[in-house]
Amino acid sequence: MNKILLIISREYLSRVKKKSFIIMTILGPLLLAAIMIIPVWLSMKQPDKQKIEVIDQSYLFKGLIPERKFVHFDYPEISFEMAQATFYDTDYDAILWIAPNILEGKGIAKIFYKKQIGIATEEYIRTTLNKMMYDVILVKNKVNVDIIKSAEVSSRFEVVTEELTPTGASKKTNTGLYMSLGLGAGILIYMFIFLYGLQVMRGVMEEKTSRIVEVILSSVKPFQLMMGKIIGIALVGLTQFLLWVALTTTLYSVASVTILKDVAIKQIQQKEEVIKIGADLNYKKMKKIQQPGAITRIMDDFKSVDVGAIFMCFIFYFLGGYLLYSALFAAAGAAVDSESDTQQFLLPITVPLILSFAVAQYVIQDPSSTLSFWFSIIPITSPIIMMVRLPFGVPPWELALSMCLLIIGFVLTTALAARIYRTGILMYGKKASWKELGKWLFYKG
Amino acid sequence: MEPILSAKNIVKKYANHIALNNVSIDIPAQSIFGLLGPNGAGKTSLIRIINQITGPDSGQLFFEGALLAPKHIEQIGYLPEERGLYKKMGVGEQALYLAQLKGMTKADAKKKLKYWFEKFEIDAWWDKKVEELSKGMQQKVQFIVTVLHEPKLLILDEPFSGFDPINANIVKNEILQLKKNGATILFSTHNMGSVEELCDYIALINKSEKIIDGSVKEIRKQYKPNVFEIIFTGQMLGFTNAMWAGAELIDHVFDGEHNKVQVKLASNTTANDLLKVVLSTVDISSFKEIIPSMNDIFISTVREGNPLGTQSNFTE
Repeated sequence: MNKILLIISREYLSRVKKKSFIIMTILGPLLLAAIMIIPVWLSMKQPDKQKIEVIDQSYLFKGLIPERKFVHFDYPEISFEMAQATFYDTDYDAILWIAPNILEGKGIAKIFYKKQIGIATEEYIRTTLNKMMYDVILVKNKVNVDIIKSAEVSSRFEVVTEELTPTGASKKTNTGLYMSLGLGAGILIYMFIFLYGLQVMRGVMEEKTSRIVEVILSSVKPFQLMMGKIIGIALVGLTQFLLWVALTTTLYSVASVTILKDVAIKQIQQKEEVIKIGADLNYKKMKKIQQPGAITRIMDDFKSVDVGAIFMCFIFYFLGGYLLYSALFAAAGAAVDSESDTQQFLLPITVPLILSFAVAQYVIQDPSSTLSFWFSIIPITSPIIMMVRLPFGVPPWELALSMCLLIIGFVLTTALAARIYRTGILMYGKKASWKELGKWLFYKG
Repeated sequence: MEPILSAKNIVKKYANHIALNNVSIDIPAQSIFGLLGPNGAGKTSLIRIINQITGPDSGQLFFEGALLAPKHIEQIGYLPEERGLYKKMGVGEQALYLAQLKGMTKADAKKKLKYWFEKFEIDAWWDKKVEELSKGMQQKVQFIVTVLHEPKLLILDEPFSGFDPINANIVKNEILQLKKNGATILFSTHNMGSVEELCDYIALINKSEKIIDGSVKEIRKQYKPNVFEIIFTGQMLGFTNAMWAGAELIDHVFDGEHNKVQVKLASNTTANDLLKVVLSTVDISSFKEIIPSMNDIFISTVREGNPLGTQSNFTE
């Protein structure tokens, strides 16, 4: 037992001390935090104010297009040809030309630019003009615009999903959140099994090809060496994961009190603006303003998920899945002499992994289907599929069954793999066939 | 004295062949025991079984009279033929790790490593990575790791390979010193010169079976072909005429002054009989018995599977 601890600590320390581990540990959370922060940061960044020359031949919009911080409109009394000819002598960024017959429903508006005016401005002009056009048509047909506006605003309501439990208590659910939570956890487990499983395989091959294995096996049992390696690398994986969680949380909270603080203020300002504009609402604006509400709502919804339980299950399925697969990876490493020979043995290991990853896309659509049930029970796919199902709620007996089977599964694969491992690790210069691996299972230690 | 290790009727089978067929050996304590045999004879299989890396299909092993068990691992040191260390790991760190796997405490291992590193003049290499070391240096590290825990039984597979003559000599002296200090050395090699120089006992394995074992002296005596070399001056004709039915001339060289002949005697005649008849005919300047080298014994037994034939080219 003492020796297996020695092996575990060597495997662990030699990896944790590696530069690549340290880089990955720091880079991972930075990337994750960047993914979370950059879009928000970009959204609040002000584009340069653009000056636009409006040549309105329909005479519908003159002086009426609302200005924004990023766009300014001028309405010079010149012809379109004139504007075009003098465009490059002026400091206008673009000419907005509106066709005269636009009210008949045939006309178009064109934006001529020197340099790309940017998607935000373009989108703003398009939606604003359409909206104004809509109002014009309403007025023309003697419809009360105010009624329409208020109907538009008050007709918007949310559709909420809630789970009705057998005890009659209802629980608020958020399918989108569950989907991303489940899929995220599934992807993470898939990645970890792959990354660290391959590390186990490489470690085994390193010992075999450098022949140090013979020295070590004269001190410890092959099973001890294999398990020491597997457990050591599992701890490396756990360390990395926990560091990622810790660092990402820290980074995100630091960012939210510095960079994102402005966002919050801006959102409040926007809200006030909305109230002020009142009837001048447009859809795009509406959506944007929904966002601060959305963030708080997601925070509330998070409370509907038992995050602690999911985290514990994640650790369980992460370790269980890893143990099940890494024993197989170890056996594959022991069976070959060089990395290029690993393909034939790697394929049957990776197929169920990739399959469960593919099935996850369907499970997310229908987490309680028969397919979802079986894939989350069978040990070779359960680590990923059960994690995907978990946020949607899984009956306790299914979870218990899946967990028990996973434990039985990894005990079995480990026992099987250990038999291949202890023979393969000492076989040199021979490319093992499947038939041979079968024979190795029955060799006497 | 009780053998430190005895293997009784060891059988080891692999899928398509038998690696060891009913092999028994006894390794006397505090001796150097040579395990000989051509490539693929089964030496490595036997060594792995003694190291408990693999188990025999049948047969038993005893260490100092007790059934070989995992607790004996700490009494055995093993230097495999194919040397290997973790390339990316520090030299000192690695030596400490391997020593601890053999059951040493960290403090004890550190102390002894310091002694050995100084002795082999590699203490400056403690923090270096193994891959930065020359092959000879790596060999030294590996040798140290093998002997560090002061095992009672040392198993050295081709210990001199990879060493230059100077370092090979250092290692040889260390081996002799270890024996003097009470260790037993099981020594597998193809280098027959070092067998004659170092080994007290040998066992020869060929095609999965043990074909000879015993003390080196005994074996050489046992395998001597009863051939004598005589150098004399005088008439060769007279010498030949003196030969009788019990003696057969198998070689003759004349260098202008001396005749050098080799005579094989029948089993019922002695050197004295030969001397008696030739003394009266020629002047003898040298007379000696040809003792086969281990090399000859190895080659002829492996090739023919029986004691030496007369046509072998004996050297001293």
